[in-house]
Amino acid sequence: MNHCASDTLSDITTGNVLPLLHEIRHALQRWLDEGVPHIIDLRALPMATDEEDQLIDMLGAGEVHCNLSITGKSTALETCFPGVWLVTHYHSDERIIGRYIEICEIPAILKSQQADARGGLDRLDELITGNT
Amino acid sequence: MQADITIGEALREQGISRRSFLKFCATSATLMALPPTMAPVIAATLEKKRRPSVVWLSFQECTGCAESITRSDSSTLEDLIFNVISLDYQHTLQACAGHFAEHIREQVIEQQDGKFILIVDGSIPVKDGGVYSTIAGMTNEQILKETAQHAAAIVAVGTCAAYGGIPKADPNPTGAVAVADLIHDKPIVNVPGCPPIPNVITGVLVQYLTFGLPELDPLGRPKAFYGQSIHDRCYRRPFYNKGLFADSFDDEGAKQGWCLYKLGCKGPTTYNACATEKWNFGTSFPIQSGHPCLGCSEPDFWDAGSFYSALSTPTDNIGETIIYAAGAGVLAGAVLGGVHHARKKSAQRHHQPVGIDDLEKES
Repeated sequence: MNHCASDTLSDITTGNVLPLLHEIRHALQRWLDEGVPHIIDLRALPMATDEEDQLIDMLGAGEVHCNLSITGKSTALETCFPGVWLVTHYHSDERIIGRYIEICEIPAILKSQQADARGGLDRLDELITGNT
Repeated sequence: MQADITIGEALREQGISRRSFLKFCATSATLMALPPTMAPVIAATLEKKRRPSVVWLSFQECTGCAESITRSDSSTLEDLIFNVISLDYQHTLQACAGHFAEHIREQVIEQQDGKFILIVDGSIPVKDGGVYSTIAGMTNEQILKETAQHAAAIVAVGTCAAYGGIPKADPNPTGAVAVADLIHDKPIVNVPGCPPIPNVITGVLVQYLTFGLPELDPLGRPKAFYGQSIHDRCYRRPFYNKGLFADSFDDEGAKQGWCLYKLGCKGPTTYNACATEKWNFGTSFPIQSGHPCLGCSEPDFWDAGSFYSALSTPTDNIGETIIYAAGAGVLAGAVLGGVHHARKKSAQRHHQPVGIDDLEKES
């Protein structure tokens, strides 16, 4: 078997970037036609070292960039392609623990939660009571 | 014990928002290899459940498994599991000690009969009446059987609890056995590893709380975390496929990150999540650091031959012996047995340490 002594890890690719772009394209079309959202878990897919960065570079950054403080940092940014969002969850030490491409109107993590709002209502009542 | 409030209520009491909880559930879904659309299902299911009481029994162990699950110094997602469960008894983490601590264990058994989760780490010695490990005057075997009969399910954390582990390694002086060797009438989930990956321990608990008992492989391990071999998910697999192997730890192949099969990697026969979840907060895992997989999540990995001999290598040098025994095939087994016995006695007599040169010579 011929092999080159300079074969290194950077020579290895999975070829998953283009299929993922196709999946995003189909999901975006379906969301526009039927209103059905779609989520892709990037950590569930085999990707070579630079391929995830390559995909994210291709998707780019759009008009919306949100920073969340939820048990560590999280970010949600709309890519250059409206309706295609990149949601990244970080541990408290800044390492990435989850990365998702969401094709939807707005990622669920950005929406206010009713349980949290009820807690907020109680605190607002206390604030008003304390100031009257 | 605060086992009578829901998990959702417990989280809000701790000041953890539902949005934070959704983040935890999203990353848990990834961990359990579930589709991301399951994250809201996990959240909706978990937050309505009563906070389960958990008793953690530690036997013949090094505390590595407890250390694995507690690697944090600030509020982290791993911490969140301790808000989801009510850890009522655990030797390393509990503040109390002595008879009061044992009273808490007895109280959980009485008040949560049939409902609490029993986590066990460490093997259980049974030789000589189990005297090699006792707590509060009771042998580990007695404590395990007394507690297990009232538990809803048992999670055997670490290779020691799951299969006997290091204490069971030859000659097994304490008669160490696994949880499943003593308990036969309760569901047992084995979470092996030396130690198991922190996220895997957490993920198994989340999976059990959300969906009930997970699907297990023939060795009692959850398929979500142990369903694939290290070899199947190893980033060096392309080199294996191309036949590019490191022949020593410092040759050009090793420096280029080639496959470590020839240096003894047990990845092909080891099932665990190391290649995907990694260690030290996703930093690396043994193969990525240049060391072959030891196979630490498999039964009897300490007695399975040298860590530095390739999987295809026989476990003893039988070449010359076989030549003489070939003519009388029926004697081959007896001769091999004799060779093993003689080598063991010689090693014990001389207490010869093994250096890296000896390991490389054998391979």
